Amino acid sequence: MNDAVQPGQQRTLERGDLDRLIEALLKRGYAVIGPVVRDGAIVHEPIKGTADLPEGWSDEQEAATYRLQRHGGPALFDFTVGPSSWKRFLLPPRVQLSRAREDGQSAEMNEGAEPCPPFAFFGVRSCELHAIAIQDRVFLGGAIQDPVYRERREGAFIVVVQCGRAGRTCFCASMSTGPRASAGFDLAVTEIVEDGRHYFVAESGSARGAELLAVLPQHPSSTAEIGAAERATARALEQMGRRLETKGLPELLAASHEHPRWEDVARRCLTCGNCTMVCPTCFCTTVEDHLELGGATAERVRRWDSCFTSEFSFIHGGSVRHSGRARYRQWLTHKLGTWHQQFGTSGCVGCGRCITWCPAAIDLTEEVSALSKSGRGKERDGGIT
Amino acid sequence: MAITSEGLGRHPAPETDPMQPVPFRVLRRKRETHDTFSLVLKPPSAPGPFSFAPGQFNMVNVFGMGEVPISMSGHSGEVREIVHTIRVVGPVTQTLNRVRAGGTVGIRGPFGTAWPVGAAEGHDVVMVAGGIGLAPIRPAIYHVLDHREKYGKVAILYGARTPQDILFLREIESWRARFDVEVEVTVDRASRDWHGLVGVVPGLIPRAHFDPGNTVAFVCGPEMMITFAVRELARSGVPAQETYVALERNMKCAIGLCGHCQLGPLFLCKDGPVLRYDQVVDLLRIREL
Amino acid sequence: MESLDRILAEIPLFRGMKEEHLALIAGCASNVRFEAGEFAAHHGEPADEFLVLRQGRMALEIHAPGRGTVTIQTLGDNEVLGWSWLLPPHEWHFDARALTLTRALKLDGRCLRGKFEHDPELGYEMMRRFAQVIVRRLEVMGLQLLDVYGDH
Repeated sequence: MNDAVQPGQQRTLERGDLDRLIEALLKRGYAVIGPVVRDGAIVHEPIKGTADLPEGWSDEQEAATYRLQRHGGPALFDFTVGPSSWKRFLLPPRVQLSRAREDGQSAEMNEGAEPCPPFAFFGVRSCELHAIAIQDRVFLGGAIQDPVYRERREGAFIVVVQCGRAGRTCFCASMSTGPRASAGFDLAVTEIVEDGRHYFVAESGSARGAELLAVLPQHPSSTAEIGAAERATARALEQMGRRLETKGLPELLAASHEHPRWEDVARRCLTCGNCTMVCPTCFCTTVEDHLELGGATAERVRRWDSCFTSEFSFIHGGSVRHSGRARYRQWLTHKLGTWHQQFGTSGCVGCGRCITWCPAAIDLTEEVSALSKSGRGKERDGGIT
Repeated sequence: MAITSEGLGRHPAPETDPMQPVPFRVLRRKRETHDTFSLVLKPPSAPGPFSFAPGQFNMVNVFGMGEVPISMSGHSGEVREIVHTIRVVGPVTQTLNRVRAGGTVGIRGPFGTAWPVGAAEGHDVVMVAGGIGLAPIRPAIYHVLDHREKYGKVAILYGARTPQDILFLREIESWRARFDVEVEVTVDRASRDWHGLVGVVPGLIPRAHFDPGNTVAFVCGPEMMITFAVRELARSGVPAQETYVALERNMKCAIGLCGHCQLGPLFLCKDGPVLRYDQVVDLLRIREL
Repeated sequence: MESLDRILAEIPLFRGMKEEHLALIAGCASNVRFEAGEFAAHHGEPADEFLVLRQGRMALEIHAPGRGTVTIQTLGDNEVLGWSWLLPPHEWHFDARALTLTRALKLDGRCLRGKFEHDPELGYEMMRRFAQVIVRRLEVMGLQLLDVYGDH
């Protein structure tokens, strides 16, 4: 129907034809997951078509604040990120690892309730794409890989939606993770609602993305259309809500373990762990053994865990990180500091979820700023500045 | 950060699932002290022989209940039996305490880094242990004594809480009976019946005979004991770069993916538990790290 | 018999001291010996000396009614027993009993204190070295108190 689509080439897809994209994915056997409105938030669930998407919805975010607004317009993607991230599918909150008898013989696994792979992630933001790449390094980049993550990740089809606006807690620009995704996806689309038109400027980032785009009704994007897409990115960049100074940050954190600011944040932090649950890169889990009724089989279950719990660091009758101060410090210094030594990048993508979903309105960009103020890289003797 | 202890020991064989416990049969059970026991286990013949390096650990699993990280405490290498010396501290170890010959326990492993017994050849070796810490160091002691000619002076310095808590007492006596090893044992507290040394393990170090300029030291025990022992070794002239310690943190997956065992940037299940002291000294000084 | 000066020079406690200081100290020194089981000191008795063990082993003990004798620490070659001679009240804080045949160097505290009056430099040197002995003893006691092997 159309001439061959080269990766990188921009093609315009009309709003009316977006359903064909979703249909094509479904037809190829993907479980398509996309953004939907549910319980006052935009979360990720299986979708069948554009009717499931948050058409006419927008979000307002600030520290400890998340509200959906109905703007009523035709835009499908006029929001940033919600409490859910794609890690919910790649690193499920609860997954049965195995079932076995005591003699070691395997028993049949229980069926999970989550949709089965392969997934098509529809509506991935640039920050989220970087978060997936970060978790790829954790689960696929070491001597031992995680088979659950690998199975779900391999073959996952990624459709990026480029951001046309930024939220007040967004800071992807500081982390060099956005607002525009340039690689690592199968398809990327930028939604344009302008001058009575509603279309998507699409580009493929892989052979299978190009192949899929080729079967859809689309045409090479005009200069004006490309310009509109570029303006959308510029708008997002301009609106960036927060800033994080990353230069020298790991060194600063490594030298600040006794900074009085930790005591200050500990007075506010509830150690509820919300931040770790909404964070798209947090990966801590725990393993549990359960004896099933009858005692003949036992299942091994892996669940999300959080370094904020009091038992997380328990050894010999006590926890190493006993105080809330130590636990907040662990989370922040790992995410923004030691992650570099472990995995070669920052652990933060600047999505702002931890700021939005913290009930105490703790803002890690503000905490980092405070930590750097008493002389970068110097230990403090005490006294709150 | 380069972690330069002997490097990773053996891994679980690639075709096995490192998260799935394999049942090992219990050949023998031995009471060691009032709260410590050893289990001698037979690995299954498939998929291949069990092989580990001194200092490595397994996750020992009680069916349907849970698991604990326990170092191997017997002879290392490719072996037909493995030994785990376990102290009763909680529900899982309490349950393991009731396992008898003929029973099974689940094993995942081996994991972790090893005592650098290879790199220590040609040097004097000082092995310092406290309490249950003698168990993870015993495979290194066995290796050194089995290859005695490859090492210079060898000193084994051990401390326990009371005489009743001394681990492997008969074996320590047999080591002492050798003419080529220096063995000193002390207890923190004793009654009038004890005619041995009373004092702390670090106190044994100035008295031991070794050439500090050519010594490799292994230290294993409670973290506080390690700190003081290393300080004493340094006072005697053994540099931190030649001192190796075994550290412990909460462990769940043991394969570096669950986040529990972190000490600063290090995952103790794969960067440790055996670490070179100069690479951890700053981390250990930070409270609640 | 080896001169006391030369013996003193070999003892770690006095290592590096000036020859004239060693000579002064030697003037307050004598050789002593204890049979196995013999007491070198009793809790509460006047303490006007300290011992440097040359060979053998001693136990520092305290007897508590109902509890019996508790050994606080054992001392061996080249270790120092007693610092109560330095500062008043000059009394032993514990019993000291030889576990084996023990030979030691006894240093007379009153004699030494007299010499410090005339030679403050000697006094400072000895104080400095004894401070180290005391610090090491406190470290040991601290670690014992921490009961590191216990269930916590």
